[in-house]
Amino acid sequence: MNFKKIITYLILSICGLAMIIPFFWMLTTSVKSQLEINKGNVGFSPVEEYDVYKESGKEYYITIVKQGADSSFVHLFDGDMNRIRSYAKVANSDIRHEKKFKLHWENFANAFNKVPFGRYFLNTIFVSCSVVLGVMITGSLAAYAFATMKFKGQNFIFYLFISMMMVPQPVYLIPSYVLLNHLGWIDTYNALIIPWIANIFTIFLLRQQFKTIPRDLFDAAEIDGCSRFGILWKIVLPLSKSVIATAAIFGFIGSWNSFMWPLIMTDSPELRVLQVGLSYFSQEASTQTSLLMAASTFSILPLLVLFLIAQKQIIASFASSGLKE
Amino acid sequence: MKKKKFDVGPYIYLLPAFIIVFVFRLIPIVLSFIVSFFEWTVTGAGDFIGLENYAIMMKDKEFWQSLVNTFYLVIFVVPISLILSLLFAALLNTIEKLKSFFRSVYFIPTVTSMVAISIVWKIIFNQQTGLANYFLEKIGLDPMGWLAESQGIFQLLFANLGIELPSWAAGPSLALFSIIIVTIWKGLGYNTIIYLAGLQNIPNVYYEAADIDGAGKIKQFFKITWPLISPTTFYVLMMTTITTFQVFSQIYLMTGPPVGGPLGTTKVIVYFLFDKGFGESNNLSYASAIALVLFVIILSLTLLQKRLEKKVHY
Repeated sequence: MNFKKIITYLILSICGLAMIIPFFWMLTTSVKSQLEINKGNVGFSPVEEYDVYKESGKEYYITIVKQGADSSFVHLFDGDMNRIRSYAKVANSDIRHEKKFKLHWENFANAFNKVPFGRYFLNTIFVSCSVVLGVMITGSLAAYAFATMKFKGQNFIFYLFISMMMVPQPVYLIPSYVLLNHLGWIDTYNALIIPWIANIFTIFLLRQQFKTIPRDLFDAAEIDGCSRFGILWKIVLPLSKSVIATAAIFGFIGSWNSFMWPLIMTDSPELRVLQVGLSYFSQEASTQTSLLMAASTFSILPLLVLFLIAQKQIIASFASSGLKE
Repeated sequence: MKKKKFDVGPYIYLLPAFIIVFVFRLIPIVLSFIVSFFEWTVTGAGDFIGLENYAIMMKDKEFWQSLVNTFYLVIFVVPISLILSLLFAALLNTIEKLKSFFRSVYFIPTVTSMVAISIVWKIIFNQQTGLANYFLEKIGLDPMGWLAESQGIFQLLFANLGIELPSWAAGPSLALFSIIIVTIWKGLGYNTIIYLAGLQNIPNVYYEAADIDGAGKIKQFFKITWPLISPTTFYVLMMTTITTFQVFSQIYLMTGPPVGGPLGTTKVIVYFLFDKGFGESNNLSYASAIALVLFVIILSLTLLQKRLEKKVHY
């Protein structure tokens, strides 16, 4: 390895660390006790330092308020960190300083049960899966028409779709709210699913793929008595598995992470998807850093696992979004 | 051959997608013009007010402040993200070992939700219990206010040198700059992947020829890589600009209370329209007008970049 290579790897590693550290810190903070964090122990180490006071055989956690020469004023806490006595005067000889390596995994359960995160997960899974299924159905049908058929108005509709793709979400957000309100869909699953079951990018991606399939295959199938839909179902789709997987992953990640739309279009707690639920939780528990970190960790875990399993496909699918016609 | 007659088939295949696009994209866009010309709240349409919303907007200090903040965001995020992602991609392109490992590491923020990321970074920037000040302390620097600091970054920088800057040169507040850092961090992986794909498309023969001619690596970069990668650069430029104009979640989750604080220095245009439409005033009509102005800005920038691309294209 020469000098240039070492520098290259060094730069890449430092920047890689910058990308990873926030996640690593999230994890280490999520297993800390809130008391440690409030004391200012905010580094990466899970080692806790605290003072213990022993009184008639029982041990209490304490925080020292005012230290004297041989006795101090302290607050006494029980094992669950509930304060049981304030400003107690105790002898310094009964106080011990302890260091302990401790991971507070219970933060995860506490955060998960504080608000109905289970419900939020189910909502998100239901919405994301419905959206992806819908996108696949409408997308493959439309792409099939665009790629293999000739019809009047084809170019017009194609360019209409392209121009709709260029419109950023905040632009149609307000009128969509007006429209959904008119339909009576505000605060229903319909509002979260139906407007998203057609994805123009997916149509283009599938159209490109369908075009690469040789026409001879279609003709042969037609001679064998295969219907138009049969050709799509039995020939085109099986030959496009990898592109379909790409589009599905792309759609799933987008739907899972979408925030502004469900925030505006739903109101009742039962309909909150994960991102909206997490956002409300961050307001309710704004001072409980460790719980917030635990909630953030388990919220990103499903997609992180999906990403680790299918890194190659996911990166390829995002890269394909940058390819031009 | 069958005789040619009107074939209804294609339209049936197109219909499901077309209905959705028509009802949930096209109609809302038309509707947004209509809504912006009427008084409109959640209860429905009111009187026709014509261009009044637009006139109010031009005089609305809050609107101009959020526009300036948004431009700050774009002006800082786009070039920094572009340079860093090209650098990463160029470095990644020269190595064999661990290439896909680094690629995946850079990509993790892209697949993570902005909500979770915002929560984590908000705590990182917390003055007392945050990682940012913990690092500053470790290397012997003074802690900073981060998301709570309304002073401009240039103002803070020059104040350290004992120079007082006029307020127009103050730059984005440190709070907004914190948002800028998070926004760059989040989008870097995606841009790197796009650049890497672009770099891999450049045929090796060019570099081999340049090597024979004795051109150095830096010269090769500016004479071969940069010109040949320009379509990718334009794509990255356009996408990053468009997405940065739409920043919302970071602001909504990381700043305040009140959101957009301190002193409104982190209020961006999309949060502004969200606040007008769904906040206390519930003025959907005004929000719709803001959305259309945002659309016009994004559209003109896109067209401008397309124009430039045609001129620069090799």
